[in-house]
Amino acid sequence: MSGARPPLVMPPTPSETSFSRRRFIRLVGGGIIVLFNADLSDLMGQETRTRGYPTDFNAYLRIAADGRVTVYSGKIEMGQGIVTSLAQMAADELGVALASIDMVMGDTSLCPFDNGTYGSMSTRFFGPALRAAAAEAKAVLVMLASEKLKVPKEALRVEDGAVFAAADPKARVTFGQLANGQKIVRTLDGKAVPKSVAEFRLMGKPTKRLDARAKVTGKAQFAGDVRLPGMLYARVLRPPAHGATLKSVDTGGAARIPGAVVVNDGGLVAVLAPDPETAEKALAAVKSDWDVPKPEFDDRTVFDHLLKSGGAGQESERKGDLAEGEKSAVSLFEGKYLNGYGAHAAMETHTALANLENGTMTVWNSTQTPFPNQAAIAQAIGFAKENVRVITPFVGGGFGGKSGGGQQAIEAAKLAKVTGKPVQVCWTRAEEFFFDAFRPAAVVKIRSGLDAQGRICLWDYGVWAAGSRGAEQFYDVPNNLMRTYGRWGGDNPKMHLFATGPWRAPGANLNVFARESHLDVMAAKAKADPLEFRLRNTSDKRMRSVLEAAAARFGWKKAAGPSGRGVGIACGIDAGTYVALVAEVKVDAASGRIRVVRIACAQDMGIVINPDGATMQMEGCIMMGLGYALTEEVRFSGGRIHTRNFDTYEIPKFSMMPALDTVLVKNDELSPQGGGEPALVPVGAAIANAVFDATGARLTEMPMTPERVKTALAAVRRPGTPP
Amino acid sequence: MKDSVSFRLNGKPVRLDVDPERSLLWVLRTDLGLTGTKYGCGESLCGACTVVIGKEAVRSCLLPVKAVRGKDVTTIEGLEKGGKLHPLQEAFADTGGLQCGFCTPGMIMNAYALLLKNPKPSRPQIALGMEDNLCRCAAHHRIVQAIEKAAAGGAS
Repeated sequence: MSGARPPLVMPPTPSETSFSRRRFIRLVGGGIIVLFNADLSDLMGQETRTRGYPTDFNAYLRIAADGRVTVYSGKIEMGQGIVTSLAQMAADELGVALASIDMVMGDTSLCPFDNGTYGSMSTRFFGPALRAAAAEAKAVLVMLASEKLKVPKEALRVEDGAVFAAADPKARVTFGQLANGQKIVRTLDGKAVPKSVAEFRLMGKPTKRLDARAKVTGKAQFAGDVRLPGMLYARVLRPPAHGATLKSVDTGGAARIPGAVVVNDGGLVAVLAPDPETAEKALAAVKSDWDVPKPEFDDRTVFDHLLKSGGAGQESERKGDLAEGEKSAVSLFEGKYLNGYGAHAAMETHTALANLENGTMTVWNSTQTPFPNQAAIAQAIGFAKENVRVITPFVGGGFGGKSGGGQQAIEAAKLAKVTGKPVQVCWTRAEEFFFDAFRPAAVVKIRSGLDAQGRICLWDYGVWAAGSRGAEQFYDVPNNLMRTYGRWGGDNPKMHLFATGPWRAPGANLNVFARESHLDVMAAKAKADPLEFRLRNTSDKRMRSVLEAAAARFGWKKAAGPSGRGVGIACGIDAGTYVALVAEVKVDAASGRIRVVRIACAQDMGIVINPDGATMQMEGCIMMGLGYALTEEVRFSGGRIHTRNFDTYEIPKFSMMPALDTVLVKNDELSPQGGGEPALVPVGAAIANAVFDATGARLTEMPMTPERVKTALAAVRRPGTPP
Repeated sequence: MKDSVSFRLNGKPVRLDVDPERSLLWVLRTDLGLTGTKYGCGESLCGACTVVIGKEAVRSCLLPVKAVRGKDVTTIEGLEKGGKLHPLQEAFADTGGLQCGFCTPGMIMNAYALLLKNPKPSRPQIALGMEDNLCRCAAHHRIVQAIEKAAAGGAS
C-alpha cells in the first residue's frame, strides 16, 4: 500500500481560477464583497509556481444587508486558533465588533481555492491579505456613507459597524444599511492601508477563542459527528504490512452477518453496516491471505539504511572553504544525531462521511487540505471536480498529518458511490498508526571546528531524510557547507517503506536538536558557558535578544557544563520566528528516566495578533516537544508497523508537565510571523543539553528513552571515575 | 440479538432496543445521536470517550451498553443546564483549556468526576486524576488551571 497515496497537491486545471471566480460571484449574493489573494509564493517558492497556485484570489470577505461580515477562507481550524485570530483581524480593520464576524472555512463550494493549512502560514501570509481586504471594504463603506450622508470622507468616522460624521454623531449609517441592495465586487488592489499597531483595537489584545463554547459543550462538529439518515459505517480490509499484496480473499462469512454489506471493488474490500460494531464483526469474518515481503530493516537498523540510500545529496548552503576552516581549527568535532519515525497521533483519527446526492458527492472530511482532497476524490471516483464538495468541520488535530492525499475521504466516496448510501469511514487507532505519513526517521552528521578564540571556524553539515528546515546557519561561521539527502516528504523513494510527511515543524526538530547539541559539545570542550558560547558565535540581533530573554526569565547563571545542575539551552528559527528555550531536568540514574522540571521559553514572532492564542501555541509546542524528545517512536520491522495504539506510543501526559514560563519578545517593527511551530524546535536539544549538564552524558538520539539514558550514563562512568 | 436496555441519560430515562453487547460509546454516538463523546483509541487508553456513570468517570468505548442498565449516565451534553454552562465548561473556555477540542468532552467529564469525589484537589491530585486523558495539542497546563479555577468556584 505504500506509495499509493495521491500527491500532496493536485494541480488545478488551467480554467479553475476564472471558473471559480465567476461561480463564486454568482453564488455569493448581494452586499459588498472584496476578493483577495494571500500570496504564498514567498514561502512556497518554486513549488507553488509549478503546482499552478492561482494568483487571482483565494479568499473573500462579504458584508451583507444585515450587517454581518463573513470571511470565506479555504483555511481550516484544527486547534491552532485562526478561527479567532482571523476574525480579530477582519473585525479590527473594518471597525465592527468581533461578534459580527462569521468565519466560513474549508468548504470547497463556498470558499475559493486554497492549497492547505500548514507551515504556520495562515497568520503570516493570509493575515495581511485579509486585513487589506477589510481595509478596502471599509474604504468602500466610507465612500458610500459619504454619498448618503453628504459628508466628506475625511469628516467621517467608523466605529462598531457604523459610519458617522465626526462633528455630528447623529448623522450615522450602519454597514448593513450601506450594504443593503448593493452588489459591489472589489478585487484587492493593495491601495487600502491596514492599521498601524498603534491603531489596533482588537488585534494585539488577548482574546478568548470563538470556538470555545461549542467545544466545551460537545456541540462542535467534527467530520465523524455528522449524521445522515440511512448512513452506513464502513471498515476496510487492511494489509498486515506495507508492501504486502493480497493473494486471496473470502468475504462469504462477512456477507452472512445480518445487516452487513460487502464491497469488493477494484482492490477496495470493505464491509459496511448500520452500526460500527456490526461492521467490525463482519471485518473479523473476512478471510484474507497476503504475501508479505521479507523485512530488510527495522527501527534499529533504519539509520544505516538511510545513510546508504541517500545518494549524492544536494548542497543547500556553501560559504568559505572547509579546508581553510580545518586549518584554523584548534579542536575538531564530529557528531551523529538520530531520530526515528514519529507519528502525528492527532486525537481525531482520519474520518470522512461521503454522500452522493443529485450527482454531487459531498464529503465531510477531517483534513488540512480540503481543495487538494476534492481533486483527489474527483479523480478517484471519476467525477468532475465541481461535482465533488469537501466540507471541513472542526479538525481534531492535524500537526501536518492531515495534509495527505485524503485516503479516508476517497474510501468513503468510493463506498458511497457503490452502495448509494451515505458512508462514514472512521479509521481505528491502529489504522491511524499504519497509514500515518510519519515524520521520517532521519540522521544528521556534523563535522565542526573551533579556532583559538573559541569561535566556530568550520561547519560541515549533512542531513539525511529530514530536509534542511531549521538547519539554516545563523551562527557566524566563515566556512560552512550544508548537504541535504532526501527531504521529509519522502522525495527519495528508496529511503522509506511507508509514507512520510510533514510533522509539525518538519525536519526542524531534528536539525535543531543536532545543531544545538553539537554547539554544546563544542562549548563544553572550550570550557565555556553554553549561553555565552552562543552569544559569542552569533551577531544576529533577534537571536541574541531571545537567548537573553529566555536566560533572564529562567534565571540563568553562568557555568561551563557539566555543572551538575541540569540546565540546558537551545535556540532556533522557524517560520520567521526566533525562539530560545532553557530547560532544567532531573535524571534518575537508576531508572534512566528524565524528568523535565522547568522550562522558560522566549519567542520573537513580530507583531502579535492574539497574545493569548500565541502563548497557548507556545505552551502546546513545548509540551508536545517533550513527546518527540523523550518518548515517541514508531516501532516497525520491514513494512510491519508494531506501534498500534497509545500504550506503545506514549504522547505527553499530565505527569510530564514542567513548570512553564513563556515570554513574547516585543517586536512591533516586524509583520506577524509563524506561531504554530517555533517553540517546538528547541525542546529536544535543550533537554539533551540539560541532561549533559546534569550528568556529563551526551544523548545523540531522540527519543531520549530511559534505556538510551542508561546507555549514555554507562559510557561516562568508566571504571575509576566517580559517577 | 437485540434486547431492551433502560438507563437514565443526562437526567432523563431512555429505553433502547439494541444489541446489549454494543459499546456505550457507539450507542451514544449512533442510536442516541450524542456525538460529544468521542472515539479516540477504542482501547480505553486516551479518555476521549469518557462519560460519568453515577459518580465514576468511565471509558465508554469498551463498556457494553448492558452494563449501564438502571444506572445514571452523564455525557458532555448533560452538563449545561438551562443554557448555563457548568463551571468546568466555563473554566475550560475561559482559561483556554482546549485547542482542537477533540479531547475536551472527555477531559471535562473526567474532571467532573474528579471534582465530585474531591471538590478541592491539589495540583498534583489534578495531574494524577487526569493522567490517562490524552491531549495531543498539549494544552495540559491550561486544563489543570481550568480545573483549579472551577474547583475554586465550587464546581462540584
